[in-house]
Amino acid sequence: MTTLSRTRRNTNAAQDSERAAVWGGLLGAVALTALLFTQVVPYIGIMAYVVVGYLVFLCLYALLISMDNDRQAVKDRVIATLIALVALLALLVLTVIVIYVFIRGLQALSHLNFFTDDLSLAGSLDPLTVGGIIHAVIGTLEQISIALVITIPLGIATSVFLSETRGVFTRFVRTIVEAMTALPSIVAGLFIYAVVILALGFSKSGLAAGLALSVMMLPIIVRAADVVIRLVPGNLREAGLALGAGQWRTMWHVVLPTARSGLTTAVILGTARGVGETSPVLLTAGYTAAINADPTSGPQVSLPLATFTLMQSPQPDMVARGFGAALVLMFVVLTLFLVARVLGGRPAGVLSARQQRRRALASIADLRRFQDREDS
Amino acid sequence: MAGERRTTALPGGIDRLYRAGLRTAGVIVLAIMATVGLFLLDRGFSALAVAKWRFLSTQNWQPDSHNFGIAAVLPGTLLIAGVAIVVAVPLAIGMALFISEYLTGWWQRTLTSAVDLMAAVPSVVFGLWGFHFLQGDIGITDLSAWLARYLGWIPLFAVTGADPDDPLASRTVYTSSTFIAGIVVGLMVMPIICAVMREAFSQAPAGEREGAYALGATRWGMIGAVVLPFGRGGMIGGTMLGLGRAMGETIAVYMIVAAVYRFQPHILQNGANSVSAMIALQYGSASQFGLSALMAAGLVLFLLTLVVNFAASAVIARSRSGQMSEG
Repeated sequence: MTTLSRTRRNTNAAQDSERAAVWGGLLGAVALTALLFTQVVPYIGIMAYVVVGYLVFLCLYALLISMDNDRQAVKDRVIATLIALVALLALLVLTVIVIYVFIRGLQALSHLNFFTDDLSLAGSLDPLTVGGIIHAVIGTLEQISIALVITIPLGIATSVFLSETRGVFTRFVRTIVEAMTALPSIVAGLFIYAVVILALGFSKSGLAAGLALSVMMLPIIVRAADVVIRLVPGNLREAGLALGAGQWRTMWHVVLPTARSGLTTAVILGTARGVGETSPVLLTAGYTAAINADPTSGPQVSLPLATFTLMQSPQPDMVARGFGAALVLMFVVLTLFLVARVLGGRPAGVLSARQQRRRALASIADLRRFQDREDS
Repeated sequence: MAGERRTTALPGGIDRLYRAGLRTAGVIVLAIMATVGLFLLDRGFSALAVAKWRFLSTQNWQPDSHNFGIAAVLPGTLLIAGVAIVVAVPLAIGMALFISEYLTGWWQRTLTSAVDLMAAVPSVVFGLWGFHFLQGDIGITDLSAWLARYLGWIPLFAVTGADPDDPLASRTVYTSSTFIAGIVVGLMVMPIICAVMREAFSQAPAGEREGAYALGATRWGMIGAVVLPFGRGGMIGGTMLGLGRAMGETIAVYMIVAAVYRFQPHILQNGANSVSAMIALQYGSASQFGLSALMAAGLVLFLLTLVVNFAASAVIARSRSGQMSEG
């Protein structure tokens, strides 16, 4: 019997010849474009160099691939480079935004007083060693807390209402909530400005800003939480009811714990949206350069609003402070987002290692309890 | 154990309280939302009753002399949102296809997170980046000038008051334009559109993907035959969702445009406006009636985003129901 060749066929899409084609195309493109711009036409700008270079690369790459592939394969590879280019471009732009704010913001953040002082003593010509944004940090914390105190209980209760009851009224509420997610945030601010500040006569304050943020965040949180609660498997709910638990006990002991990580994610992502929102706060919070820890009276500034206001200043140091405030704001949003990712990375009902250990211990304790009862 | 087994939930006790509590929460949320809507309608209509149909045809904003309308800012909003969509959609399609079809494992998860994170970056950050970096440091106005030079024969890209052929002419005429605001807003809504599209692409059924490969399709052949047709609803829906967000965007537009109250049809030229930026600019100095007029403008914007959003969710919902494949 002859032995068959048993070498495994390489199913990896990128084979050596194709990698060679990519590198060959790149090198050729760089060389040809350099030749073109130094010898044939005058240098126009880096953008023109990149665009022309890419087109040359596409032609060379297509040529190299077509040497040992058919037309379909050439089309496939060329489109793959196009898609990769577009994706890299998008990623590049988004990275540049973050890095740019980071670099510009670092200038203000490198002075420690930026985190401990407010701006009440900083005149428009004072250097960065005077003044900070602690007043805006306090404002942001208080305003988002007010918004969360309103939206968390109301939002989660409403999402439970939407997923646990059926009927005309439920459908109506769901439609209205969905419609309200389309409400532009500036209009939410305008509503609170007209009602709370002009009609009811309160001054611009942190409380008004918190209310405006609530109006904006409520539909977002209700919708996100509704989606999460509907993902809880129906058989868990039925098991709870079958064991004799009422609707309330099933909800409190089965559905909500199962959906806990998803609900937390919904709330945190809503918070991230609310923290960064400028326009409702612009209309309702007022502006102050001093610490105002009382949200019920007097203007109270928040981080996005401080960023926005400082950017309007013609003084370079004020603009630097604006970038610093933007960097702190971005850091807050990033932290919230990462927390949401860590908590919400698992689908409903899947436990972390620690939760699993705790369940196992509880189960062993139950077993002991049963055995003790049988023994006695 | 003796005793009757009950087969229905007892009507009473804690469950009745629970249901009442849920209903109350629903009613409160409904009341808040309805108050916002009705208040806007009521106040908006008091301004509309004065302006009548001229509200839709007046290019001015002087509510106290009853000479106001949204004929300038509403097309301005649509132009900015249009530029934003033209910028965002190709980027979002490329990104979504790259993540869902070309990447696997760690890279796929990481890039998905990165795009989701970008959706949470505050708009004020995008605004200051657009103003200082895009318009200041790297000079996007050069691109504006280039477009005006070669595409100036199209009315949309025309620029008055500047000679596009003069390479040394001042670039100030190209600053603070619809084009630049549109690019910034487009980058802002790109992650949202991309997330919806990626979700739709990743739901294309594996059986049909394998079928396409088994018939000898290349990867692009498979994408063209399976992924894109299945993701079409998600692509349209995501685009409309992005359009809704782009129309409602305030702060980034406010920070970049030089506000004008006459319609500026030349997108590359200095001067632009949008409904939401106008509200942010005007509310502080507005009288009682001026505020009603702003509410009328806000109402029109809200109705527009409402229609777009509902259409988007209808399209997305229909594409989900179509994900089940035969066999």
